[in-house]
Amino acid sequence: MADWIDACATDDIEEEDLIRFDHGDRTFAIYRSPSDEYFCTDGLCTHEQVHLEDGLVQDYEIECPKHNATFDYRTGEALRAPACENLRTYPVKVQGDRVLVEL
Amino acid sequence: MARDYSMLGPDARRAVETGLAAAEWYHTDVPRKEMKALMQRADQPAIRDTILLFGAMILLAGIGIALWPSWWSAPFWLAYGVLYGSAMDSRWHECSHGTAFKTRWMNDALYQVASFCMVRNPVTWRWSHARHHTDTIIVGRDPEIVAMRPPALRRILLNFLGIVDSWNGWGRMLLNASGKVHPEEASYIPEQERPKVIRVARIWVAIYAATIALALATGSILPLMVIGLPRLYGAWHHVLTGVLQHAGLADNVLDHRLNSRTVYMNPVSRFIYWNMNYHVEHHMFPMVPYHRLPDLHARIKHDLPAPNASMWQAYSEVWPALKRQLRYEDYFLKRELPGSARPYRDDFHAVAV
Repeated sequence: MADWIDACATDDIEEEDLIRFDHGDRTFAIYRSPSDEYFCTDGLCTHEQVHLEDGLVQDYEIECPKHNATFDYRTGEALRAPACENLRTYPVKVQGDRVLVEL
Repeated sequence: MARDYSMLGPDARRAVETGLAAAEWYHTDVPRKEMKALMQRADQPAIRDTILLFGAMILLAGIGIALWPSWWSAPFWLAYGVLYGSAMDSRWHECSHGTAFKTRWMNDALYQVASFCMVRNPVTWRWSHARHHTDTIIVGRDPEIVAMRPPALRRILLNFLGIVDSWNGWGRMLLNASGKVHPEEASYIPEQERPKVIRVARIWVAIYAATIALALATGSILPLMVIGLPRLYGAWHHVLTGVLQHAGLADNVLDHRLNSRTVYMNPVSRFIYWNMNYHVEHHMFPMVPYHRLPDLHARIKHDLPAPNASMWQAYSEVWPALKRQLRYEDYFLKRELPGSARPYRDDFHAVAV
């Protein structure tokens, strides 16, 4: 059964940015959108498994730092080659000043 | 042992076995806040440059057509050719990264036009260039190595007139248009993308067929002076600048400071080349748009080898190195780092360095 995991504080992430979150042997990316919503996806680009933590967040898109593959981080949809496979997304909720991810 | 540059050969297998393929590369430390600012996209610089580029092309081709067939038209065609056969190379490149414009459709539109001019299938070459960034100058993995070892100097010299590359490009276009993808292309293009390769090739064949039909109908090569031939007579500038990117430097290393070269260039060449003279910086941080590369260079140059002061000075080191590699293919130029730089990690590439 999935658990809600305390991932970070809300102000650990700047607006329109992301941070890396590692849990167990898995790695994720947690995003804060321009309208102050939070989202979570797998941390590695589906193209060549490069971590997205150094990528660029613009509006609701994350661009991989290696080959500029782009995803909608709300849905995980791959928007631009060389990514062809979608990112997996995870439910997120905010409790007080904490960001929780359901894993 | 001689290097095998085939994507399907023994060096390709060795690169995977030894961990050189899809490896972790050296990066200069830049705080996230600064890097975010450098990566920010904008439409304005590329809109300005694109208006200038296409405006100049229309003007030069217009004068060339008006003066045709007088020899007075020649300088206008030569200038038009450089914009078609060289400036489009850098537009193809920047748009393949998606960094030229902030607005995606603008990137995609210029990418399609530039790919056509350079005779590079926009689908195939997007994947080829992704591989070039994953495995830069890794033998058997990087499909875009210009100066192999030993260097094929005749091929490079012929390409100053676009001869080998355009011949291959048009040959590959016809192959793709017939519904086939070359086995080497198939090694890096995902299966679901291959129908797009074929569709684009067929559209291009139709454009070339229409141009040739117009030339035959008018009994003049003028239509081909506008479409097709400038890929040959205007190619020299992109080869002149492009050879300097990696030639004579290390291969099979995991640090762009060792295998890439930054060269200071004049403003005209930088417009044509869209600042790709900052090549170490581009490879280390491909998310930074062309118009911010001078800023990135200023930010990280303390950690990079000294740039070459000019194209002339760069060729004065590259040409002797290439000639020496004809006899000793293991020879290369090792870039010296300034005292302020973090040293090369020999454990990354002890064999090459």
